[in-house]
Amino acid sequence: MYRIMTPTLPLVLIVSAALFSIGLLAALSRRHAIFILIGIEMMLAAANLNFIAFWRFAPPPHPSTGVMIAIFSIAISAAEAAVGLAMVIAVYRHYRTTNVDEYDQLKG
Amino acid sequence: MSGVAFILISILTLAAALATATLPNLMHAAFCFVLALLGLASFFFLLGAEFVGLALVFIYIGAVAVLIVFTILLTRRDSKEHHGVNWSGVLIAFAVFVGLIWAVLKTQSLSIVPPHIRALTVRQIGQTLMTGYVWPLQCVGLLLTAALIGALVLVMEEKK
Repeated sequence: MYRIMTPTLPLVLIVSAALFSIGLLAALSRRHAIFILIGIEMMLAAANLNFIAFWRFAPPPHPSTGVMIAIFSIAISAAEAAVGLAMVIAVYRHYRTTNVDEYDQLKG
Repeated sequence: MSGVAFILISILTLAAALATATLPNLMHAAFCFVLALLGLASFFFLLGAEFVGLALVFIYIGAVAVLIVFTILLTRRDSKEHHGVNWSGVLIAFAVFVGLIWAVLKTQSLSIVPPHIRALTVRQIGQTLMTGYVWPLQCVGLLLTAALIGALVLVMEEKK
């Protein structure tokens, strides 16, 4: 029974998949622009967890490859958050709302 | 890596993430996001990537979460979300979850015995960043600068 509980690679991947799906849920079902962004951040964080899990469990050719990829991914998601929040504020100034259902000027 | 810590951390992380995705009050949801990130950082600690966990705490909680809270406060006019469950979103997320679980459980080669934990010091990480990963590092620096300038330009008032 205890053997099942020790974290193996599939268990970590399942947790990461759950986190990714929750992020997708937030991005798809929220109507607030900031929370769509938070959902995307959560999906990126789940991808980071995958990088670290594979780095931990399978010996890569170079001992620090997974950590490097995770660090770069964190930096890129920080840049994405900055630009996304700036866009939310810019659009808010124009429309006076953060509800994405009312951003209908770009509809085709 | 102990199993009890793994179970506790994964329950905490997933519950906080679910609260972030569903709570109607935006500030509560933002704080639950911080909690989920803390859980994720402790996951990294558990897996032996201490530096990445610390970077996650510094960058996500120290910068991104604060930025998100600031944006919520700046756009506070409709701070409560008019709610109605979007069932298609729930359905798609659940389908993706089931698909991912199926793929993970189907793959036989994932059942690897974890090798001995390798101590990866910050010194080693710094040396690797400065030797083998110099060009990606410079590109990320350029990207962050461009993103900062772009964000500033986006929110600048248009002078008539």
